[in-house]
Amino acid sequence: MGRHLSRLYLAAVALFLALPLVVVAGVSVNEKQSLTFPPEGFSLAWYAQIFVDSGWRSALINSVVLAMTAAALAVAIAFPLAWFLWRRIAPWANIFQVLGLAPFILPPVITALGMLTFWATLGFYGQAWTAVISHAIFFVTLPLVTLSLGFSSIDRSLVEAAATMGADDRIVLRTVVLPLILPYIVSGFAFAFVLSLNEYIVAYMTVGFTVETLPIKIFNALRYGYTPTMASVSIFFVVVAAVVFALIARFGDLPKLLGALSDGK
Amino acid sequence: MRREPPRTLVDYAPIAFPALMLIVFFVVPFSTMIAVSFFRRQQGGFYTPDFVIDNYARFVSAFFGGVLGFSLMLAIMVAVCCVAIGFPFTYLLARASRRVQIVWLVGLLSVLSLSEVIIGFAWSTLFSRTAGLTNLLVAIGLMEAPRALLPGFGAVLTGMVYQALPYTVLVLYPAIVRLDPTLLEAARTLGASPARAFFNVVVPALRNTIVATLIMVFVFALGSYLLPQILGRPQHWTLSVLITDQAIYQSNMPFAAAMAVFLVLISLALVALTLYLGRKETA
Repeated sequence: MGRHLSRLYLAAVALFLALPLVVVAGVSVNEKQSLTFPPEGFSLAWYAQIFVDSGWRSALINSVVLAMTAAALAVAIAFPLAWFLWRRIAPWANIFQVLGLAPFILPPVITALGMLTFWATLGFYGQAWTAVISHAIFFVTLPLVTLSLGFSSIDRSLVEAAATMGADDRIVLRTVVLPLILPYIVSGFAFAFVLSLNEYIVAYMTVGFTVETLPIKIFNALRYGYTPTMASVSIFFVVVAAVVFALIARFGDLPKLLGALSDGK
Repeated sequence: MRREPPRTLVDYAPIAFPALMLIVFFVVPFSTMIAVSFFRRQQGGFYTPDFVIDNYARFVSAFFGGVLGFSLMLAIMVAVCCVAIGFPFTYLLARASRRVQIVWLVGLLSVLSLSEVIIGFAWSTLFSRTAGLTNLLVAIGLMEAPRALLPGFGAVLTGMVYQALPYTVLVLYPAIVRLDPTLLEAARTLGASPARAFFNVVVPALRNTIVATLIMVFVFALGSYLLPQILGRPQHWTLSVLITDQAIYQSNMPFAAAMAVFLVLISLALVALTLYLGRKETA
């Protein structure tokens, strides 16, 4: 493709991806409580609403707490598994890797319904901690993928050298493996955190009627008509996601995390 | 430290926690769902253990057949649109400088992590009469008066392509960015134009990747549950919407579970096909 044509094409895709966000950002700074674009006047009142209005604030807190704990639990499940698969020859253990990837490959409604029947059968339906576990299982794929990638990039001769000097598994793990794998732990956590923050169906089917997260709150608000806070919350989400991924890119090798070769070109 | 087979029980210790969590909270719920799909429904939202196939038999109706057909058709259209847009895009992206790639990847990941609720809200705003795209057409004199573009099939399709496009690009990215550049150089040295080299060298070399991506995007699109509700009419509802509806609002868990099991079978068959294709390419 010609240089100009390809630039035009990239610009068109960028426009398509950005357009909804631009319009929502415009709507979110509207002075009046009406859905108009271009915005009439300029006001950040709807952003303040997220923190002032008790309904939105508690939804925000619920979402952040849920996403933090679920992402931490997902890493806690993924790390030992990824380490074991790297350290040991046990082909059967790959079954657990497949189990860790499955919830993310199947349509989400399936994980959500499985969780709903499970928690309902046990009689725990609607309790906040069930959403934490459900999200951790649903998103365990992300730290599992980043950590497997991280382990595969560790130079085994480094580990070999440490072992020759008399370090046992535990010392090697602490002094050699952990420092090398840390960026991958952080990015796995960050991926799981951002996606959990935005997740709707699993949260809705496990605790939707007792614990309202932001996506659930937005959807409920959408059903009863428009409020500009929805627009400001949406923009807030995009900004959080963009900042998290920009930080990963700043301190890590984002193209490599997503499958490119490490040396670039 | 070379990889060694585990010998003592202590060697297995690290895997105990992940294995336990995945079995108790994924395998067991999944099995519960399968079991419930054979249970008998009681009035008032309860169900009793039983072994009936009524729940499955119920799909074989014109209504659910229609919903299934629509879901599959919609997912195919989304997959085709996404790959048609995403493949040339990813190709151009992979040839950009590392710095440009990073900016794009951050943007794509941000859009990818958007909740379906937010995507639905954003597009319903863009398609609305008061704040929508038609105002732009009015402003440049192409239209008389702004009008609403939703609910409708076009709105559902646009929203779903928007949702699936970043996913498509990220699935295609590893294969395309690792494509041997000498292949293309050879074609160019032999006198092929860039467009010709793209269609005669790049596309055939990645044929299996393209098919695998189509299937993965198809499964991804099959999972869409909010966009058809926000942007479409009831006749645009997909199987995922019906599952949620049966589970939550009709309190018919056995039927919802039966539909979910059916959806799993379709998805698994397609994922297996993808893996098979992927294996062929690496071999």
